[in-house]
Amino acid sequence: MFAVILAWIAVLLLLATSAGLILNRDWRWDLGLLAAQYLGTFILVAQHWPIGMAAVKLVTGWMATAAIGMTLNALTPREEVPGQFWPRGRVFRLFMIGMIVVLTIAATPHVESAIPGIGLPVVAGGILLIGNGLLHLGTRSEITRVIYSLLTILAGFEIIYAGVESSILVAALLAVVNLGLGLIGAYLINAELSPEEEAA
Amino acid sequence: MSAPILWILLPILIGSFTLLLLRERTVAVIGGGTSLVLAGIALIVPIDEALRIGPLSLKIASSASILGRSFLLPPADAPLLVIIFGMCALWFFGAEAAGVALRLIPLGLIITALLVASIAVQPFLYAALLIELAVMAAVPLLSPSDQKPGRGVIRFLIYQTLAMPFLLFAGWLLAGVEASPGDLTLTIQSTSMLGLGFAFLLAIFPLYTWIPQLLEESSPYVVGFLLWLLPTIASIFGMSFLDRYAWLRTSPEVLAGLRGIGLLMLLSGGLWAAFQRKLERLMAYTAIAETGFILLALSLTTAGSLDLFFLLIIPRGLGLAVWALALSILKKENASLEFSSAQGLARAYPLASAALVFAVLSTAGFPLLAGFPPRLALWQGLAGASFGAAILFLIGLLGLLVGAVRMMAVLVMQKEETRWSLKENWIQRGMLGIGITGLFLLGIFPQIMRPFLENLPLMFQHLGR
Repeated sequence: MFAVILAWIAVLLLLATSAGLILNRDWRWDLGLLAAQYLGTFILVAQHWPIGMAAVKLVTGWMATAAIGMTLNALTPREEVPGQFWPRGRVFRLFMIGMIVVLTIAATPHVESAIPGIGLPVVAGGILLIGNGLLHLGTRSEITRVIYSLLTILAGFEIIYAGVESSILVAALLAVVNLGLGLIGAYLINAELSPEEEAA
Repeated sequence: MSAPILWILLPILIGSFTLLLLRERTVAVIGGGTSLVLAGIALIVPIDEALRIGPLSLKIASSASILGRSFLLPPADAPLLVIIFGMCALWFFGAEAAGVALRLIPLGLIITALLVASIAVQPFLYAALLIELAVMAAVPLLSPSDQKPGRGVIRFLIYQTLAMPFLLFAGWLLAGVEASPGDLTLTIQSTSMLGLGFAFLLAIFPLYTWIPQLLEESSPYVVGFLLWLLPTIASIFGMSFLDRYAWLRTSPEVLAGLRGIGLLMLLSGGLWAAFQRKLERLMAYTAIAETGFILLALSLTTAGSLDLFFLLIIPRGLGLAVWALALSILKKENASLEFSSAQGLARAYPLASAALVFAVLSTAGFPLLAGFPPRLALWQGLAGASFGAAILFLIGLLGLLVGAVRMMAVLVMQKEETRWSLKENWIQRGMLGIGITGLFLLGIFPQIMRPFLENLPLMFQHLGR
């Protein structure tokens, strides 16, 4: 019973963090939200994997977050200006997040019946992250945002995939992919922001 | 010694070591030499058999176990290793002529090793993860640290990363279909997942917008290398799905879908190529059309369709290498490669210009060039399956041919009374000369590829037999 309650708390945490990543514009808050997102991911993955294996997701997620954070901290990122082609208001983004929540509520029972034994909170958490990650990816084009959204989508996928696959090799490779994405993000952010730093 | 250590771990170690080196030539020699030696070993030393050299006995075991899963390179994979590392040697030796050896070779060796690992990993489904790692290793290659990352590289990363979850889920769903073949909903879900995964991975229409962008932003040689290696390995990964699941390879809908998408790629690539006004974009659409040829070869159900697929690999690799090298040479000296700026370049760079023209003509299936024999065989196979498809195939080729003729006209167009000169350096001349000769040799004597290709279909348990 406690595990189920904890899993639903993790889903709420994932909703808050993934929505916060879409709504927020301060990079320090973003990093905190990303780190918290990996905590929620860890709780849901631990529903099917041993704690030790699930902890790999938490540690690599935090390492990826740290890599991005150190780069942003060193380069002092400029204020983000979202693309002009897309509605920018917070209300609009909140509406879109609401749509993702509705979609998640509608899709979760169907997916859960297709993957017996996986559990409603695991499916809900996974779909929520994938949906919000795709929303984030579709509405923002800055490198930092692209990396956050890819990490969010991957975290959502990993939550569901952990319910059907428990190979150590897959866990290791997914950890390397997450860490690699964090490092690639740091590299690209560095490449994007460095020339301006020098010019300044 | 095991095959995965030799052809996966060793290139990763050597690639990592060459990251520390600073001289272009040294890196090119080490990278090219390593690839050549690895290709030679795959050619000469049999896997899983003891080879006696005097008192010494040498045996390369086919598998190695990592984290409870095995990486398997059986004897049937040896010809593919010869082709992959042989072609890598060509690309790496040419990297010095293109001026990108320090960037391409260290990461290129690591990428190649990861992609070989994706062929070797058991179960084959995990290949999606290794391909994703190779994609991430390619990002620093495409976007140097002193250059602001462009849209192309970001899209490349996004699309290739999105492919992985789809493919892993599709693999899991396909196992369900195998267990209950009558479940139509599951079959549709798994096929859709698989299709989406490969659409992202192989840059299928309309998800190929990153290719022209990337060719404009990055070094053509580096992009060319990836455009050769990634789709080749991704196609082999796709064939593993067809080989593993009988209902997939016998489904008329799947094969018709492959044919339709292949034709769409060829037609869109060919028609866009015909109207391009930039040399880089012309190469991009040529590469897109090449993916169309691969899909068309896979769609044929005849006994020789697998041979046809493998017949495409070597000319494709050589054509792209020649294209990319020539384009790199021209791009190094000319900031813009728009048709208006490229007028008369043949007078200053006759070899590079000739290489460009021969490479695109080869892709268009021009007689006497490397691309002609596989395209002829493909056209014949396609005509047997559908007359309409054969006509559309010809239209696609015509588009590529128009692109080639327009490019040739621009390159030789005389802007003013300029004298002919030969601005390519000796290394560039040598590599371009080898490439052009190769294009003609493979076109006139396609049977020289036979020793490498005849046993390749045995890689697949069901498709190849």
